[in-house]
Amino acid sequence: MTWDQALPLIFISLLGLALFIYVVLDGFDLGVGMLMHRATPDERNTMIGSIGPFWDANETWLVLGIGLLLIAFPKANSIILGNLYIPVAFMLIGLILRGVAFDFRVKAKVQHQLSWNYAFIAGSTLAALMQGWMLGRYVTGFAEGTSFTLFAAAIALAVPATYVLLGACWLIIKTEGELQIKAVYWAKLAWVPVVAGMVLISLATPWVSDVVRERWFQFPQIIGLLPIPLATGASLLALRWVLTMPAVRTQISWLPFVLLIGSLLMGAFGLAYSLYPYAVIGKMTIWEAASSPEALTVIFIGAAVTIPVIFAYSLFAFWVFRGKVKELTYG
Amino acid sequence: MDALILSRIQFALNMSFHILFPTISIALCWILLFFRFRWVKTRQTPWLTAYRFWTKIFALTFAMGVVSGITMSFQFGTNWPGYMERVGNIAGPLLGYEVLTAFFLEAAFLGIMLFGHNRVSERVHLIATFMVAFGTTISAFWILALNSWMQTPQGYWVDAQGIYHVSSWLEVIFNPSFPYRFLHMVTASFLTVSFLLAGISAWQILKKTNDDATPKVLKTGLTLAAILIPIQILIGDQHGLNTLHHQPEKIAAIEGVWHTEQGAPLLAFALPNAATQSNDMAISIPHGAALILTHDWNGTLQGLDQFAVHPPVPPLFFGFRLMVGVGMLMLVVSWYGIYQWRKVKGDVLRLPRYLLWGLASMTFAGWLATLAGWYVTEIGRQPWIVHGLIKLSEIVTHTPPSHIAFTLTMYVIVYIILITAYVSVLKYMAEHPHKTEDDPTPASGEAVAILAHQSAAAKGDLS
Repeated sequence: MTWDQALPLIFISLLGLALFIYVVLDGFDLGVGMLMHRATPDERNTMIGSIGPFWDANETWLVLGIGLLLIAFPKANSIILGNLYIPVAFMLIGLILRGVAFDFRVKAKVQHQLSWNYAFIAGSTLAALMQGWMLGRYVTGFAEGTSFTLFAAAIALAVPATYVLLGACWLIIKTEGELQIKAVYWAKLAWVPVVAGMVLISLATPWVSDVVRERWFQFPQIIGLLPIPLATGASLLALRWVLTMPAVRTQISWLPFVLLIGSLLMGAFGLAYSLYPYAVIGKMTIWEAASSPEALTVIFIGAAVTIPVIFAYSLFAFWVFRGKVKELTYG
Repeated sequence: MDALILSRIQFALNMSFHILFPTISIALCWILLFFRFRWVKTRQTPWLTAYRFWTKIFALTFAMGVVSGITMSFQFGTNWPGYMERVGNIAGPLLGYEVLTAFFLEAAFLGIMLFGHNRVSERVHLIATFMVAFGTTISAFWILALNSWMQTPQGYWVDAQGIYHVSSWLEVIFNPSFPYRFLHMVTASFLTVSFLLAGISAWQILKKTNDDATPKVLKTGLTLAAILIPIQILIGDQHGLNTLHHQPEKIAAIEGVWHTEQGAPLLAFALPNAATQSNDMAISIPHGAALILTHDWNGTLQGLDQFAVHPPVPPLFFGFRLMVGVGMLMLVVSWYGIYQWRKVKGDVLRLPRYLLWGLASMTFAGWLATLAGWYVTEIGRQPWIVHGLIKLSEIVTHTPPSHIAFTLTMYVIVYIILITAYVSVLKYMAEHPHKTEDDPTPASGEAVAILAHQSAAAKGDLS
């Protein structure tokens, strides 16, 4: 493979990485947002405090992801965003509401603060639902028909459930006392639809997509591929088991979050294997969709220099705010 | 209405809404760095009070900028799919570098800047604030490079499929209009913020909610405005000459020159009439436009009749006059404000009330001038997306117009709610500056510094 042929592969990997990081990081932000309606006003402040210093940087991974799609695969970008015109708009409205409500709710008049809380919850939910819907539509290659719509609807519900689970696991790490006990309970509640969703999607994806069916159910590949679903299942079961242990509220409070990331990573690998080498499934490969090698090389140089630096200072930001949440004060 | 005009309206709406907030955050972050730096150097608490109050406004403004910016990044793909397909090799890397070098920098350090004051040292906190300010400016650099390239393209070649490629990145980035546009926009940002600082301070004095930080903030705003506005007028003039050279039809529309003229007058006011190709009810200064644009009493200005396609005249004609009018008003008000400030020797309560009302009413004057200026330059590029090379109609989406009309309506509603909320929360914060003010926690470095300062002052060895 020449450098020119390798470039689209490098960029689709970067794109996948950016979106995966986005799902994990903004997933917990949106999940915490969706859980707010179950919390008392004081707990809400703590929950907001647990995501306050991060949400903006977390959302930037979406900008990088969509930016890479736009600049590295412009032809796929046109097809994908053209097909998702309306859900994209709703997701953006959701993200707008979530982002500004975060800031308005502490600065507005007291009588308006409750409305901003609702805007925060509604915005988080809307964005998560739409992301799920978009994923569902994308995986089927934007095919029309009742079964495809049902499939997209199922994913539209599975993604928010996953975000809620991420949010609950995040709260287990960042909070203590009453709220942490609630977070463990919320995680147990969310675990059920997440697992149901994953099973359903694993069964349904080969059914709605010929490409995926051929990819997965051929001998002997199926044996080599088995570790992916097995590892996903094992880490989800381990997650459920850990949630019942008392130590989850002390020494191993980080473990549910890590286990969940592990199973999501397996899921992402599975998805990548299903889709490769397509940028739009069944219609356009990543090589057909890619920008010119010269442009990609220029971006590659920038990315190779900046992405490690971005990792370094992002980790620094997380490290600064390590430990249990304290109330946020401007200063 | 077709997809083209609807997409244009939607994009203009999103851009107009978005640009309001970066216009404030680019400069405000540097101002915050200044406030913080003054606090670290002098340990005078008013500087810290000013920093804390304006940090909240910054946080709100930044959030508005981020969320409306994400909308932009999607709309390239949803509404202008042909754009990246044609010039993606040029626009892609510029946008990519903006995300990689600017967005992450500002977003990651923003958390530390806003909430990290008692978790990191004063020095790290200053560095974080600097990183955010630097990030916002770098972001302006990349996006204005791309915007300017669309106005004055160079450093490219076109292949047989009509796809654009780069021949020289230096020529692409430092294209002819870029230095002027970049300086003009950054200065506009500082002017917008200086009138915001002065306006909110004046409002606080009028509403008697001023505190010991108000005079410092007001002085910062007035001084900055008084220094920058003459510079901005000079940059604007140079930018105009640059435009005359590269986009003469834009200047012809701005000045209402329908037919090529020698010694064209400067029209202070007129009603451009496209049907008769002339200006009704013109109030003009003879030879004015010729003198300003060609620096020659009888200089020749090309008329709109010389161009096969040209932008519509009224938005440019009026937009330009609005921008210049606000600029002139800024000049008068800021200089008069400084004069009064010196007269009352900084005792803000003795400032004349009409001046305070004037400043308060100009709180968002910078927005008006900035928007008017952007409308002139962007509508002035029509019907091109890349000046002289690609028309907007070639790159527009095939999405059904009804879908665009639907999303447009949705954005209009959300943006009206948000802008109302933003302005009213700013007003509310100005009137209750200490409502959400938190005393520094006893363990923080600041509290120790304040105590040290107070006890030292009590002993009389610092005052």
